[in-house]
Amino acid sequence: MTAEPEIVLEARNITKRFPGVVANENVSLKLHRGEVLALLGENGAGKTTLMNILYGLYHQDSGEVLIRGEPVRISSPSESIKRGIGMVHQHFMLVPVFTVAENIILGAETGNGPFLDLKVARQRIRELSRQYHLDVDPDAYVKDLSVGQQQRVEIIKALYRNADILILDEPTAVLTPQETEELFAIIRSLTARGASVIFISHKLKEALAIADRIMVLRRGRVVGETTPREATERSLAEMMVGRSVMLEVEKGEAHPGAPVLTLENVTVLDDRGQQVVNGVSLEVHAGEILGIAGVQGNGQTELVEAITGLRPVHSGRVRINGRDVTNASPRRISETGCAHVPEDRQEDGLVLTYTVADNLVLNTYYTPPFAHGIVRDDRAILDHANRLIERYDVRTPGALTLVSALSGGNKQKVIIARELSREVRLLIAAQPTRGIDVGSIEFIHQQIIAERDRGAAVLLVSAELDEIMALSDRIAVMYHGRIVATLPAASATREELGLLMAGAQPVNAASELATDGHEPVNVQRRGV
Amino acid sequence: MQITDTLARPSAARIPWVTIGVWGGLAILVLVAYLRAPQATTAVLTSTIRQSTPIILGALAGIMCERSGVINIGIEGMMLISAFLGFLFNVWTGDLLLATMGALLVGAAVGAFHAVMSITLKVDQIIAGTVINILAVGLTGYFYQQGLTTRGKLAPVSIPVLADIPIIGPVFFSNPPITYASLILIVVIHVILFRTAWGLRTRAVGEHPAAADTVGIAVNRVRYINVIIGGMLAGLAGGFLTLESVGSFERNMTNGRGFVSLAVMIFGKWTPFGAWGGSLLFGFANALQSQIQFLKNQLPPWLAWIGDLPPQFIGMLPYVLTIAVLAGFVGRARPPAAIGKVYEKE
Repeated sequence: MTAEPEIVLEARNITKRFPGVVANENVSLKLHRGEVLALLGENGAGKTTLMNILYGLYHQDSGEVLIRGEPVRISSPSESIKRGIGMVHQHFMLVPVFTVAENIILGAETGNGPFLDLKVARQRIRELSRQYHLDVDPDAYVKDLSVGQQQRVEIIKALYRNADILILDEPTAVLTPQETEELFAIIRSLTARGASVIFISHKLKEALAIADRIMVLRRGRVVGETTPREATERSLAEMMVGRSVMLEVEKGEAHPGAPVLTLENVTVLDDRGQQVVNGVSLEVHAGEILGIAGVQGNGQTELVEAITGLRPVHSGRVRINGRDVTNASPRRISETGCAHVPEDRQEDGLVLTYTVADNLVLNTYYTPPFAHGIVRDDRAILDHANRLIERYDVRTPGALTLVSALSGGNKQKVIIARELSREVRLLIAAQPTRGIDVGSIEFIHQQIIAERDRGAAVLLVSAELDEIMALSDRIAVMYHGRIVATLPAASATREELGLLMAGAQPVNAASELATDGHEPVNVQRRGV
Repeated sequence: MQITDTLARPSAARIPWVTIGVWGGLAILVLVAYLRAPQATTAVLTSTIRQSTPIILGALAGIMCERSGVINIGIEGMMLISAFLGFLFNVWTGDLLLATMGALLVGAAVGAFHAVMSITLKVDQIIAGTVINILAVGLTGYFYQQGLTTRGKLAPVSIPVLADIPIIGPVFFSNPPITYASLILIVVIHVILFRTAWGLRTRAVGEHPAAADTVGIAVNRVRYINVIIGGMLAGLAGGFLTLESVGSFERNMTNGRGFVSLAVMIFGKWTPFGAWGGSLLFGFANALQSQIQFLKNQLPPWLAWIGDLPPQFIGMLPYVLTIAVLAGFVGRARPPAAIGKVYEKE
């Protein structure tokens, strides 16, 4: 072995307990100068807790932290900043109504006495941008930036404070494949200049692509350490979950039938009155899964809300099974056999202050057997709940537990159970597996495919390209409120989809429909 | 990835035609009115400034609190308690400067009380403010004794030369101290909020406290200090009532001014100058209302009908105007994003 580079950060036997759970148990970690350490683990494995301890947001119950060999007690973020640790949080810590420069200097202001001097700051920011190829305009407002740009602001924020240990918490969750590549290039230029990076993720591919070493956490413990050379996706997944998992979703051939959901030139406005869905037309057939790929914020959310009656359709038509349901009430739409797994399960999918049982009848509580006139039948509701909990393997202490007490994966199972417990003709699933554990993802994917095979039409919206590619029969790419292309899933590639998601014109489509270069091109290449 | 030029920029570069138009129009209007009735016009404008003083001070109090994320509907109560105790200090010591300092300190204390309730004890902030309002009416009403004789009030100070300019002189440069202070404070608080590190931190804490926390800003400390400063400003507004305007205390003498301050703060979109515009509007309506009642018999023939209206209707003018302005012209005001929310680290 050659001499190891200096250890810049070391954690020894960190234990942290929260009421009821051990978030970290005897976790040890070493970070060398200039390396990328990937920290893999499912949601709830304790990755974020560990990082929050290193960043001074929490304090460990036992164990110690050493920075450059020196034991330290980090009791606050300002202390970790002083010691050269910078953290890019999963949910960006930026003030939307501030400019880039204001966000970067916040807490480390420069100026004459109490007065701000943004000139010096701007110049430093420009220098850092140039040095690390982190393009951002210091005077732009953060709320006007794309997610990728906001992330760069976060990285500059850390570099501005002279951080040489960077913690990136799930940095790729919100990026397109191309933006992810750009981020990787940035990470490489950082490590080339001697910075060290901890890269937290649950995405195996990315850990293999960027890391020098990979550490896997499960249920608060370190379950293994490896390098990309020795590991495979499969071996990492097994370490993460603790058993062998199916990475590929098994599904048979689709047998599409008649159209169930038909959209004709649908336009939708967002909360600020901006048109964010610009004339979307599409059909989803019985027995097929249409996946909508796209970077978040390209109108998918508003489109789903408009179809399900939660947001007015500005113009155009929505039909389910041939019946016009444009601007019909959510209940009427639901009663056509439309199941909806909403994007934001805490806000729109569940009433967190209700019990599991009540949440399981949110869409049917007013009908027999759960209600007789205006009186609800608690017995029937409880029986129903116990049946679904069993069938959908919802891990809950009981049917009368508040749903807010469940984990993310189990909350999502409650929603899936409720939505699929009726006769479903159309399933609209938005980000159905965001932020939940691998085991639950597997289960939810199986349920979605089962619905398709039963003959339901499925509209799947997801920011995870892998999920779209694994489940869909056809893939529609949404960009700036338009469907820019529709491709058969079998022949679509990540690269092609990634380019379309970033707004590139479909190459083959452009030649086919050369007459109309800048109109959205609908490449209907459905297999026979 | 290139940065497009369409990104929103600070509007400083653009010429604010609307603002220029409104102020220009007002200036012309004042000039015309002055030429026709110089005395009445000067009287109305002078009174406008005086009437708006407690309102703008209250609004500045609200701005400091709410920019840092703490709702303060207790401004009315803070004013009332400070007005009362300020008056008592004056009666006991006979020193107006000491009494004014007293009113400030009382305001700070009530502000600290609000901070303890809403930040440390995590009481709902609306309820904390309501507690202060109810407490203020009850306590000042209970302890108030008839027959306390006033020991004078703060007198106007004319600034040499400047005070002799027609219209502007009497309106701006011949005021008592707290009124001058309120005008200076508008500028000072604007500069603090938008030009200093403290202001940046204050606004960050009110918009996204978690972001402030992760860069090492002590969120609750910033909030405490701002709420206490807000209390002092409300205290000064109370002091204005008993030590500068009326000279003595009356039961419930704030008479809703604290709530008008809040309306004005929203009207001004949580900015000092915007709030000042709103205060002037309210002050003007108040001044006009009292001048009309004075000058009933001197109105020109085409306005004589106003003199025949029952005085109650004219007395309603400022409040009707406030309602109309708030309901019709404010547009969408966006409060600080984290307002009213207790900050807890997960």
